Amino acid sequence: MGWNRKVLRVNLTAGTCTPEPLNMAWANDYLGSRGLASKYLVEEIDPKVDPLSPDNKMIMSTGPLTGTMASTGGRYTVVTKGALTNAIACSNSGGFFGAEMKFAGWDMIIFEGKSPKPVYLFIENDKAELRDAAHLWGKTCWETEETIKRLHQDPLTRICSIGGAGENLALFACIVNDLHRAAGRSGVGAVMGSKNLKAVAIRGTKGVSGIKDFPAFLAATTAAKKVLADNAVTGQGLPKYGTQVLMNVINEMGALPTRNHRDVQFEEAGKISAEAMHEKRPTDGKTHLVTNAACFGCTIACGRISKIDETHFSVKNSPKYWGASGGLEYEAAWALGAANGVGDLEALQYANLLCNEHGMDPISFGTTVGAAMELYELGILTKEQIGIEAPFGSAEALCKLVEMTAHGEGFGKELGQGSARLCAKYGRPELSMSVKSQEFPAYDARGIQGIGLAYATSNRGACHLRGYTVASEVLGIPVKTDPLTTEGKPELVKAFQDATGVFDAAGICVFTSFAWTLADVQPQIQAACEGDWSMDKLHLVGERIWNMERQFNLAAGLSAKDDDLPPRLKTEAAKTGPAKGLVNGVDQMKPEYYKLRGWTPDGVPEAATLQRLGL
Amino acid sequence: MRLTVKLYATLSDYLPPGSKSNRVDIDLAEGTTVSAALQPFSLPTRLTHLVLVNGTFIPTDERPLTALHDGDVLAVWPPIAGG
Repeated sequence: MGWNRKVLRVNLTAGTCTPEPLNMAWANDYLGSRGLASKYLVEEIDPKVDPLSPDNKMIMSTGPLTGTMASTGGRYTVVTKGALTNAIACSNSGGFFGAEMKFAGWDMIIFEGKSPKPVYLFIENDKAELRDAAHLWGKTCWETEETIKRLHQDPLTRICSIGGAGENLALFACIVNDLHRAAGRSGVGAVMGSKNLKAVAIRGTKGVSGIKDFPAFLAATTAAKKVLADNAVTGQGLPKYGTQVLMNVINEMGALPTRNHRDVQFEEAGKISAEAMHEKRPTDGKTHLVTNAACFGCTIACGRISKIDETHFSVKNSPKYWGASGGLEYEAAWALGAANGVGDLEALQYANLLCNEHGMDPISFGTTVGAAMELYELGILTKEQIGIEAPFGSAEALCKLVEMTAHGEGFGKELGQGSARLCAKYGRPELSMSVKSQEFPAYDARGIQGIGLAYATSNRGACHLRGYTVASEVLGIPVKTDPLTTEGKPELVKAFQDATGVFDAAGICVFTSFAWTLADVQPQIQAACEGDWSMDKLHLVGERIWNMERQFNLAAGLSAKDDDLPPRLKTEAAKTGPAKGLVNGVDQMKPEYYKLRGWTPDGVPEAATLQRLGL
Repeated sequence: MRLTVKLYATLSDYLPPGSKSNRVDIDLAEGTTVSAALQPFSLPTRLTHLVLVNGTFIPTDERPLTALHDGDVLAVWPPIAGG
């Protein structure tokens, strides 16, 4: 079995920690992690619940391959109703925390209620208890990790925590583990903060046992690792340049959203790219990038570890930021950079460090800054209201705004509510570059048509990781499709969405899909888990997860009108590049997508679809 | 015609010494094909993965047939990905 068959239920109101058996019937239908935790959530909460109320629940979950020798098997997910989106949220993180949960003997932790005072959960194998966190409240994620490790005199304790952003209920607060990995999106950190839960600290020494057919699992994982190693993307491209290598690619293609999506190409993209991170700085002769890094069990190692320029204005008086730390990854570099017109690599790293330190999603934070800068340039927001001049391109403004937001000070409190609420407050809701109130990632839907449909229909709001059609439309994985056409994109989006659900539910990283197909994953799951895990079943599981999430959102009050893009992407054509003159064709793609999904024209799964999927 | 060639990631090693910002401007006869334009750079075939002309992808089999024009930008990457 790939599962430990054990769930920890933590009632924060009562202060109890109670083990219970994993529902194996559900595991058989939803596999694990994103799928299985979402099933628990759907069964246990009212979809209309206020995300920040005690009635919301938050589930941390592993998959059957988490903690095993499967490559990238270190993932865990946080499933809840999202504070930012009011939709189902599933935020996925790497690092080492997920594997440690598995080593301690647990598949999943369900948090319910609200603690009357700040607490953290400490788990040491079978022992689980809530401990007072009064001394941790107000500390950053980095300080929290260090304090807990010192307290328990065990540097191998793995910790996830919220920083000031989560404590202050910033709606894009995330949960940071292992210093610079994060369950980043949809405001899961705000949900954790609303429960007065500061951190979860786990020490597990049991390892993973009970793999159903170990010789077959050894053979399957070894073969799959060879596929990753032999593939030019996962074996060479990602370790060497990381995700950041996309900055110049997407800019050349005219799909790099710039200055709150006013433009699709950024004239300073080269200065904030992977190539720039490899160049020696004139100030100290050192490169920004120090090394690459891997999460638990990963044989790709795409992570970036960098050192900021100590002479940069943002840190010259703050030595604590001078050490090597995480970043920049492509999404953060884009959101903090091109989205605001900021071409100062060191400023982006500073903002990224603060996002990691204080627990904020850099995508939503950066994009919200972009919206604020546009409001400022339009004269809707003034220097007096913001507290500083905030034109597009101002690195100084970016660095100041990240400090204000991290500490919940002044205008930072408004930024912490995200771009949708900010723009609505100032009478220009259409300037929020978001879907379901979650900000866009780093691909402009005018230059990459399919990703526009993926954004619009994503169950957790705008997201590239729910259906990464960029792989096909830009990179030719598994086959090249034309990014400028809507033709064939509904099928492509559905296929990516369903397959991603399986990768997520298994507990592995979706980046493996640059080399693996489901046919590479299936033997690993089959060898690890009891029961039938054929390709047909996995396809069904992926589609089932998607439709279950959809059903939750519909019950929460969302509808087809929420499957839409901001008017800018549908009416303001791209000004430059291959997509010049194009808008996104989401309105043409959506009816066909609904039909392919077996949904009504209003986006509601038909009875026959639900029956076929066992929902 | 004047052509801008951009070689990114590991391919930057194949640019002439002293090249900056991953690019070099070269003069070629009007109508030179993508394959012919890249030949002087001696790029390994297995690393000539993503080829864009003015941002538009040119498939492998069309590179010997695709003619370039004055002012075009030819950009090339090895196998890469992101997210």
